[in-house]
Amino acid sequence: MKISALLATPSELTDTASSKCAVVLMTRIRLARNLAGHSFPGWAKEPQREDILARCREAVGATSAMKRSVNSPVADLSDLDKQILVERHLISRELSGTKRGAGIVINRDQTCSVMINEEDHLRIQVLRAGFQLKKAWSQIDAIDCEIEERLDYAFDPELGYLTACPTNLGTGMRASAMMHLPALVISSQMEKVVRAVNQLGMVVRGLFGEGSDASGSIFQISNQTTLGESEEAILKRLGSVLQSIVEHELNAREKLLEVDSGKLFDKIGRAYGILQNCHQLTSSEAMNLLSLLRLGIDLGLFPEASRAVTDRLLIEAQPGHIQAVGGLDLESAKRDALRAERMRLEFNDFARPDFSLHQKT
Amino acid sequence: MASPLKCDLCGKPATVHLTQIVNSKMHKVDLCEACAQAKGVTDPGGFSLADLLLKASMNPDASGAVEAGNSGAAVCPSCGFTPSDFKKHGRFGCPQCFRTFAGMVTPMLDSMHKGTRHVGKVPHRAIERRSLHDRLVELEAGLIAAIKAERYEDAARLRDELQQLRQPAASLDLTRNAAPASPPAATSSSAR
Ligand SMILES: [Zn+2]
Ligand SMILES: [Zn+2]
Repeated sequence: MKISALLATPSELTDTASSKCAVVLMTRIRLARNLAGHSFPGWAKEPQREDILARCREAVGATSAMKRSVNSPVADLSDLDKQILVERHLISRELSGTKRGAGIVINRDQTCSVMINEEDHLRIQVLRAGFQLKKAWSQIDAIDCEIEERLDYAFDPELGYLTACPTNLGTGMRASAMMHLPALVISSQMEKVVRAVNQLGMVVRGLFGEGSDASGSIFQISNQTTLGESEEAILKRLGSVLQSIVEHELNAREKLLEVDSGKLFDKIGRAYGILQNCHQLTSSEAMNLLSLLRLGIDLGLFPEASRAVTDRLLIEAQPGHIQAVGGLDLESAKRDALRAERMRLEFNDFARPDFSLHQKT
Repeated sequence: MASPLKCDLCGKPATVHLTQIVNSKMHKVDLCEACAQAKGVTDPGGFSLADLLLKASMNPDASGAVEAGNSGAAVCPSCGFTPSDFKKHGRFGCPQCFRTFAGMVTPMLDSMHKGTRHVGKVPHRAIERRSLHDRLVELEAGLIAAIKAERYEDAARLRDELQQLRQPAASLDLTRNAAPASPPAATSSSAR
């Protein structure tokens, strides 16, 4: 499969929008694995890296999950392809910067990707739309078992899976959820939430920016520790933290509607107006506006059918995706114009917000 | 706060303050804008506090423990990695390094993780395959020794056992593709 064909194929992230994804946009699990008896990628010499790359590409490509996949050295990808894969959360920025001896295997629906010779020999990832920790785990567990049939993993009974960085020892597992938390941001509760979540051994970071300024109010929450607890225990703990954040967000929305609905509706109404009429739009402003529209959909101000386009644009308004349409050498002002044009087009026949549902009598 | 906090990494005034509780211990990290940027605190992909703690545990005044703890071995026999390489990169050289530098790893884990012992998934197939391989090597050596010493009864017993073990090994090899045949794995046998 060619990378251009892959990028044109409907993907889990851009085409699965449903109300089930309201607060948790997507769930991801990543496993770090290494081959026994071989230096880690950061320490290995070039020929060793090439050898490991070849073995891993073959072993991963032979799994049932990767029957139809893109299986390529990173060096063979264009800068734009790499940027798009980063924006779709399929490869890391670090991997996209590697010149030689690194590779990727990505399946057709883009639920599963394997990075080869990033920080570890293998970084296996499964990504699912919505709140799907269990499903993501059973999928990645199966893929991991299949790869293990073919490769000797570096494993120690005491320390678990051996990884280049000691922070990943043990399960080698990082599970995360991408959450849309606009009401917590608007009501200035995000800092409190971050602190509480940290105390529970989880990490919060803004997806498009940091802290409470994160544009789009989208945050990623993941486990901090990997050793001393089973995968199931980590996922259970993370799951309950996520659940409680969802509840906090929903409560914050209720509260906003109750005490300050005028201000909230003003924000959403303006976002709608700008998206329909803008001529210059940066990617961070786009994230913020789309985020407000998404909140409007959750609140029933827009029809449920408009969720799909909003979720897709959250990914496709990013610079690489815009450049894929307008060309790589596009300067940022032109990019902003092109992004605005795309929004005007997409939102041209987008239903007007209906505030009557929440009107106070 | 009377005196401004200094960056843990470079000593300039700190503007980014992070607090986290790992394994019921509180950890604080203060960083200047530049170091926060460099360490990926502003990069959604790359930031991990544990990573920073790791770096902090390697700064000059904390490195005494590292030196003292490194159970005698200064170089990993498998990959040539040294403790000072770890101080530079914050990553190890190869899986064997965790044995070589066990004295340095163990104290780190305590502040980094929930426990110091793995309790999760185990790659049963890979372990089975390796222990089978080890057992075959052992039996073959035993067989040769028995023949040399003219202990023919022992040799016959070893030969039978080898034959029995080789059957599943052959079928396993089919599922492994050509991986074990690749020549550059020369270091792997010595590492085990
Ligand atoms: Zn600094
Ligand atoms: Zn080593």
